Amino acid sequence: MPLKAPKIAPSARMRLLTGAEAAAHAMRQINPDVVSVYPITPQTPIIQTFAKFVADGETDTEIINVESEHSAMSAAVGAAQAGARTMTATASQGLALMIEIVYIAASMRLPIVMAVGNRALSGPINIHCDHADSMLARDSGMVQILTENAQEAYDLMVMAPRLAEHPEVMLPVLVSQDGFTITHSAEPVSLLPDEEVRRFVGDYRIPYPLLAGEVVTQGPFAMPDYYFEIKAQQVRAMRAAAQVFDELSEAYQACSGRRYQAVEGYRLDDADRALILMGSSAGTAKEVVDELRAKGEKVGLAQVRLFRPFPAAALREMLTGVGAVAVLDRALSFGGTAPLFAEVAAGLFGQTVSLSSQVYGLGGRELFPEQIAAVFHDLESTEGLEQPRFIGLRG
Amino acid sequence: MPSIKQIARNEAASSRFVSGHSLCRGCGIPVVVRTVLNSIEAPVVVINATGCLEVATTRYPHTTWQVPWLHIAFENAAAAASGVETAYKALVKRGRLPDEPIVFVVFGGDGGTYDIGLQALSGALERGHRFLYVCYDNEAYMNTGIQRSSATPFAANTTTSPAGKQSFGKLQKRKDLTAIVVAHHIPYAAQASISHWQDLSDKVVAATRLASPSFINVLSTCPLGWGLEPNQTVRFARLATETRYWPLYEVIEGHYRITEQPLDPSLPIRAWLEDQVRFKHLFQHEDAEVLARIQREVDRDWNNLKRRSEADAQWFARHSERLAKEWTGSAARPAPAMTSRTNTNP
Repeated sequence: MPLKAPKIAPSARMRLLTGAEAAAHAMRQINPDVVSVYPITPQTPIIQTFAKFVADGETDTEIINVESEHSAMSAAVGAAQAGARTMTATASQGLALMIEIVYIAASMRLPIVMAVGNRALSGPINIHCDHADSMLARDSGMVQILTENAQEAYDLMVMAPRLAEHPEVMLPVLVSQDGFTITHSAEPVSLLPDEEVRRFVGDYRIPYPLLAGEVVTQGPFAMPDYYFEIKAQQVRAMRAAAQVFDELSEAYQACSGRRYQAVEGYRLDDADRALILMGSSAGTAKEVVDELRAKGEKVGLAQVRLFRPFPAAALREMLTGVGAVAVLDRALSFGGTAPLFAEVAAGLFGQTVSLSSQVYGLGGRELFPEQIAAVFHDLESTEGLEQPRFIGLRG
Repeated sequence: MPSIKQIARNEAASSRFVSGHSLCRGCGIPVVVRTVLNSIEAPVVVINATGCLEVATTRYPHTTWQVPWLHIAFENAAAAASGVETAYKALVKRGRLPDEPIVFVVFGGDGGTYDIGLQALSGALERGHRFLYVCYDNEAYMNTGIQRSSATPFAANTTTSPAGKQSFGKLQKRKDLTAIVVAHHIPYAAQASISHWQDLSDKVVAATRLASPSFINVLSTCPLGWGLEPNQTVRFARLATETRYWPLYEVIEGHYRITEQPLDPSLPIRAWLEDQVRFKHLFQHEDAEVLARIQREVDRDWNNLKRRSEADAQWFARHSERLAKEWTGSAARPAPAMTSRTNTNP
């Protein structure tokens, strides 16, 4: 099936940018105080592009070129706690190395924004896209956004600081884009004016920064008498993030004309079959939905952008009346259910709907429109649906 | 140089590390922390690696710290300090913080510095962040119950290098971390001890005058891990220096200077080893071979240091005036003494 060009309203600020460049432009416009980074494919073009902006004086952010991702995240926590708006970027093994400190950043309630170019985890070592790296951070307490294209990668990076720094949220936010498919592919991207982004993002303020001249003890030791309560505060913050995301989407629409939902329904009205998926493949899937709709098939899809907090209620509402749903995961959980499927199954618990778990695209394997169409046809019969499937797997 | 009176006055006027913590009786760590923090006149921000010090001073919702204090994890104190220091630079540059000096002090134990934190320390030293890194070296993982680290001396008995029928304790010699730090070409690195407070205090003053990283490795007795009565803490730290096992010296721009000469240069290492439970096994059957090897290595290392220090004496003579003038670090304080120091605390 032929693919159509992305539907983006043309504007005077339309630029031909890769997803990585788009994210770097968002960072330039946000102009954070500190960025601590370590190179890793396919994230590297984000920090390279940003470093050039700093070298050219387009932003005066302090960059720390650390000696590992573990130190990138550690320095980010130090900088954010000191009172500086702080960003970092990584992928795959880099996120794996950061994970210890990601959990700590979330528990310290530090609004660090992290750009990720999604890449498969070793081993075997691989540089191409799947979502296993993002899934490592699933239970870390970080807000997680998965984007579909370069425009979304830009827009959601611009939205991320306000979401992270909202007084009721105060959590790190991960904005990811599929490695190579988005990070390295040029598309037309509409940028907001610099001053518009600065105005949207606003000033950085956190309670009890380290450098305010006041006595503070940050990162103390909490025993069974307090640990649980601190975790419960994170649960509440994550819940608040869902509400704040919707409010911010509205505010962002007012200045950009583009509205992002935590989960976006595509042609779901009257649909009897639906797909649920995240990331760049959502674009391909929308094309397939259009093709099948044109043939009279009642199909639709739900694209999950906000994986944490997971928009279960919105998804449930959106899928009311749909008879069969296939959840397409780009990650595995060995010996258990794939992560997105597990969320959907829990979210739809008690609904009368057939669910199918299908895993695709690991290590960068392509997902073709024909394969997506075949998934929709699988859903015509509930027979054997309970068995998880692997799309495009040989043997 | 702050005198003991000045240090006591600083402690009395605004204690930066108050009582009520849960460090053991006789622990050397509070001596390190108080001497370091009371030798700095400027405001300080403390970054602390996971370890005895962090665990025993910040049990939520209590704190021992009367200064801004940050802890993230075990292996990343130097990286965390890199972030804090860079944030300070960024915020001053953007006019969101006054351009007033803050001294960043990092405390980490030997586990958090020699072992798991070595990479973060190396990275931060190479990048040149302005902070003083103080390693309180008690020669093993004491917080988890006396496991060997790469700072544990040869032949010491720990729970993971136990002496037994087939073993005399740790089989390897300790790592020379100070030399590793010196290899990063930072302008100031030193070894100090809790037994020589004036020497430590002077080194803190010298180290914090610089707009660059500096490092002080402080030997800190652990009565629990070394097997000593709590009232023996200072005595055994002193014996480590007197037996030349832990020489006190500083390395300025790559040039070595011994800051405390042992009173009796022939005092054998045995005088330090003998009453520590962690070395007791060496004396039960008088393990002559191991004891001779320990003495041989102490003598060799001391002689190397002495030779270097003697070779650099002329450099110090030539540069003392320049150093005194150039060392105009961010914290306003008197110029460092470039003359040789006498033992003021016998």
